[in-house]
Amino acid sequence: MLADMVPLSWNLLADLQTLFHYHFMQNAYIAGTLVALAAGIIGYFMVLRDQSFAGHSLANVGFAGATGVALLGITPIVGLFLAGLLAALGIQTLNVAARQNRQSDIAIGAVLTASLALGFLFVHLSTAEYASSVYNVLFGNVLGINDTDVMVTACSTLLLIVVLIVIARPLFFASVDPDVAAAHGVPVRALSFGYLVLLALEVAVAVQVVGVLLIFALLVTPAAIAQYVTTRPVVAVLVSIALALLFTWAGLAIGYITPYPVGFFITSFAFGTYVLVRGGRFVRASLVRRSALPQVGGTA
Amino acid sequence: MHDLSLEDSYTPVSLTLSPVIQVEDGAVELGGRTIWQEVQLAVQPGEFIAILGPNGAGKSTLLKAILGLIPLSAGRITVLGHPARRGNASIGYVPQRRHFEADVRIRGRSIVRLGLDGGHWGLPLPFLQPRKAHEAAARVQEAIDLVGAGAYADRPIGELSGGEQQRLLIAQALVTRPRILALDEPLDSLDLRNQQGVAGVIRQVSKETGAAVLLVAHDVNPILTSVDRVVYVAHGQIEVGAPEKVITTETLSRLYNTPIEVLRASDGRIVVVGQPEEEVSTHAR
Repeated sequence: MLADMVPLSWNLLADLQTLFHYHFMQNAYIAGTLVALAAGIIGYFMVLRDQSFAGHSLANVGFAGATGVALLGITPIVGLFLAGLLAALGIQTLNVAARQNRQSDIAIGAVLTASLALGFLFVHLSTAEYASSVYNVLFGNVLGINDTDVMVTACSTLLLIVVLIVIARPLFFASVDPDVAAAHGVPVRALSFGYLVLLALEVAVAVQVVGVLLIFALLVTPAAIAQYVTTRPVVAVLVSIALALLFTWAGLAIGYITPYPVGFFITSFAFGTYVLVRGGRFVRASLVRRSALPQVGGTA
Repeated sequence: MHDLSLEDSYTPVSLTLSPVIQVEDGAVELGGRTIWQEVQLAVQPGEFIAILGPNGAGKSTLLKAILGLIPLSAGRITVLGHPARRGNASIGYVPQRRHFEADVRIRGRSIVRLGLDGGHWGLPLPFLQPRKAHEAAARVQEAIDLVGAGAYADRPIGELSGGEQQRLLIAQALVTRPRILALDEPLDSLDLRNQQGVAGVIRQVSKETGAAVLLVAHDVNPILTSVDRVVYVAHGQIEVGAPEKVITTETLSRLYNTPIEVLRASDGRIVVVGQPEEEVSTHAR
């Protein structure tokens, strides 16, 4: 096991040189950084809007899209985005029709399962050589990203970040307080759909790094941790971006040194930090409660 | 420092007697059914008006029509000399009870700030325009002080009590220094003590800022001492006047078309007996 490890020295500079020596690692770092940047921002809104399940569904529907277009010999990212777009339309229609969240959750769940089944069928229909790349769609293949993928990722990320900066404030308003936002002239419904489209685009590019199944690690976990750390929206977005970058960079480095997959490490770092932060809050809250007890007794 | 800027910005009730809101022959239809019609209403600057009536009678609809959120089917509404329109910064609006879930971890101050520029596109850059950023922060502080929410404005809003949340939402509506404050059942679902507290805040705000207040209420008693006039909405009709003129056995019996008795307790509280809780024929709000 240890024999597979890349030898490391205690010289940090030399280690970094080893890390960035190969072109595929450079590509992995560029794509990972771009994906994490956008994921940190878009994830904050996802948690705020309580749409993490919707995001998860977009990714799963994307699986059917990716496997479907592969049958036609088209690159998976196109299928991911197109299927995500369709799913966004569906989710938007459901949200407008059924105002109760639980109802729309059930409907989303039904669509999600159906599309996974469809993806399963597409995999079955496809050739054996493609079947292996299903694995990449499910869990990501960041070390296999080529120059074209990096270009596509760079353009999508630039577009995502520019649009997000323009709509950030009204989107925040509409997410927190839709009624008042509407009274202020904010186009709440259009923003809600626009957000899902952006999410579909981010999911499509993020799948290269963490795959359909591990996408939560970049989209939801950093933003959820950020909301525990601060209650200031701008700071929370910055923390969320920083965490997404940190998990990606660390995951890539450890994944390079060890023979184990990058997606596993990114997800584990995200999960570990989440558990630490939540656990820390729980311990602190119970300490505060314990120290407050005698006072309550005193006043009674 | 804050007090100075406050007096400066909120000149109490001006002497111009043109009404801030004028509804002429207003009617609203929702889903092919007339909610109310032939409504005449003129709200004077600084006036405190309670909008009363059974559930589903169209109280909120009246507020929304004034905000330009629902179109009229007949007549017209003028707000500060212009036709009613959505996004009017001179009306501060607190819609019907919204409760922030306990897991909403956004500080109250940021929620208040949304009232100022939450609808604007793009991001403000505080380091490029430090004066503008400072001014905006001062405005937010001013509104928070006005409702007495300074002690908890930086705590996550989901962890605050219903009364504290409501005060911050009123601050959000006040942050543009509106000349009209439109509040939809702001006392609903608060306990008795908080009802008194929030009612007191609204009374004080209307005095200090000189803003006209339109308040939709289920129960007139918590605000009875502050109210100048009441607008009673029932059966597609509207009755406007001083509370002691409108909330009477005669007027309400005529509005509802059934015998209704209005009693006055020794402490001045009004009890309406025989009032239908729901408008039977209607469901739209």
